[in-house]
Amino acid sequence: MSIYLNKDSKIIVQGMTGGMGAKHTTLMVESGANIVGGVNARKAGTTVELGGKELPVFGTVEEAMKETGADVSVAFVPPAFTKDACIEAIDAEIPLLVVITEGVPVLDTAEVVAYLEGKSTRMIGPNCPGIITPDESLAGITPHTIAGKGPVGLVSKSGTLTYQMMFELKDFGFTTAIGIGGDPIIGTTHIDALEAFENDPETKAIVMIGEIGGDAEERAAAYIKDHVTKPVVGYVAGFTAPEGKTMGHAGAIVSGSSGTAQAKKEALEAAGVKVGKTPSETAELMREILNSL
Amino acid sequence: MEFQAKELFAKHGVVTTLGVVAETPEAARAAAEEMGGVTVIKAQVKAGGRGKAGGVKIAKTADEAESYARDIIGMEIKGLRVNRVLVTPATPPVEEYYFSFLLDRSNRSHLCIASVEGGVEIEEVAKTNPDAVKKIPVDALEGVTPEKAAAIVDEAKFPAELRDQAIEMVQKLWQVYVEEDATLVEVNPLARLEGDKLEALDGKVSLDENASEVRHPEHAQFEIREEADPLEAKAKDKGLNYVKLDGQVGIIGNGAGLVMSTLDVVAYAGEAHGGVKPANFLDIGGGANAQVMADGLDVIIHDEQVKSVFVNVFGGITACDEVANGIKGALEILGDEATKPLVVRLDGNNVDKGRAILDELNHPLVTQVDTMDGAADKAAELAHQA
Repeated sequence: MSIYLNKDSKIIVQGMTGGMGAKHTTLMVESGANIVGGVNARKAGTTVELGGKELPVFGTVEEAMKETGADVSVAFVPPAFTKDACIEAIDAEIPLLVVITEGVPVLDTAEVVAYLEGKSTRMIGPNCPGIITPDESLAGITPHTIAGKGPVGLVSKSGTLTYQMMFELKDFGFTTAIGIGGDPIIGTTHIDALEAFENDPETKAIVMIGEIGGDAEERAAAYIKDHVTKPVVGYVAGFTAPEGKTMGHAGAIVSGSSGTAQAKKEALEAAGVKVGKTPSETAELMREILNSL
Repeated sequence: MEFQAKELFAKHGVVTTLGVVAETPEAARAAAEEMGGVTVIKAQVKAGGRGKAGGVKIAKTADEAESYARDIIGMEIKGLRVNRVLVTPATPPVEEYYFSFLLDRSNRSHLCIASVEGGVEIEEVAKTNPDAVKKIPVDALEGVTPEKAAAIVDEAKFPAELRDQAIEMVQKLWQVYVEEDATLVEVNPLARLEGDKLEALDGKVSLDENASEVRHPEHAQFEIREEADPLEAKAKDKGLNYVKLDGQVGIIGNGAGLVMSTLDVVAYAGEAHGGVKPANFLDIGGGANAQVMADGLDVIIHDEQVKSVFVNVFGGITACDEVANGIKGALEILGDEATKPLVVRLDGNNVDKGRAILDELNHPLVTQVDTMDGAADKAAELAHQA
């Protein structure tokens, strides 16, 4: 088992013919993921060979889903067009939409997230490495060679810390690893992933990686306390990072928390989560838990 | 800064007084003379608490305006040097209110915060009388319609005689928020002046950098280069994501999360080595080629505080051999300018090839350490010894 993505997932790529899209479609095909086609209105009806596989290009997500039975879309669309690409995929009722694109205007993301309300699509991202279920499927840019299948579920705001943590725990392996993205507004949150891992019988323990800003980690801590029975180990990056863009008076009032790494660590520890000081110490804490299970 | 926020307010028809920006005491005097009467001289920096820091003064005469401007220009507020003041006619408010639209990360939407109880001391009001500070969610798809604006004004309990003006101002502030792609539009204080006129006396606007990049090239004008740290300015010219900090260990890494984590690990390691700290944040992103590496090293080694440099790369999509060649190329490009020890930790994709390239290079300044924690310790040790 795994969450959101498995060996039966059929994946299309929005923006497959662009530079980033073509490069990562190739890597996804090479990883063994079942890529079934791409979307580009201007190249509809043609085919593209990527990673040794002949892939059809469709005019719309709806058409691609109808022709291929795709249930996952990965978007590599430039930021200016990401909102439209997301709305198209949501309207086509794609079950899982993974938005890799970096630099999407936050007002656009807010609109897309509001549009998702009551729809059947789950969105991961934007500005994220995507999701990998090792040895089964990959929807995103996470290198498939870092770690194999195993009992750990991983959810992280940061891309490279996802890779680092997978590497640190490659001796155990992962059910699924999700990079949810570090933008202020994102589709799938820490809490969503924690809930899914809690309900996945193969996931025995969860690593959660956060970073400064916002209050997602604090809210995840509250969720863990009430709803998660599996062991969770946390890591928060940014203890020494400079105070970033503060939101003036208004920001402090809204979050009710300073958004610092220290505040997040304390919230997680209060919820019974062991928090590592460094990625390797975090991995060590997880290793102890896994060895005692 | 205030005067820039006011320019954006005026552009969208929000009632405000632009005033005159003066960079010299003489210019402040001239502006005050032109306005006549009592004026306010306000420091223009990107920081709150200007009044408390002595950066806001009321001048009864043009002489006073000049003298206050002389005091204020050149002073430091929260570490920022004041290079200009804003001169406006003094319009003492009858009442002060608070109003803002902002991005609400927790609810993944927008939020309006409004209070008719006090403006400047809003944080205090929020603590002592939270009911007086109204938080009203704004739907990201519907936005602020005339009906929504009226609902906001009524919920915030604006006085009846100001209702129509307030509804209009709320809609125009929403225009600023949406059309300029802001993450914060704050009016503080929103003032009720003599004759029941509503005016944005002071304000702050934070713009979304992603949106500025995608669809607001005109926002580049709001960036005032002289205020940036010279090393940060140099990094920006080279397209690097760099933030100067106060420390001795220069940091280069890939991915914002990993670089932040690297800063933390170096700070911990520094505790055992005389308290050395990370000197900067520098994320070279995915494509760590020789030129990007050289540009990054060039910025860092010209930071006089830096005693050692820690290059921490996890090869995800980027292969470690490319990064190693980047370091090799960077050292060639920099030549004699490279004088500080480099601790390199490579892991991930093609790590063996990458490490072999650096072993073969056998450069006197380069030390390889296999783990992140070990490398941080070495870099801190070298910085402490230097």
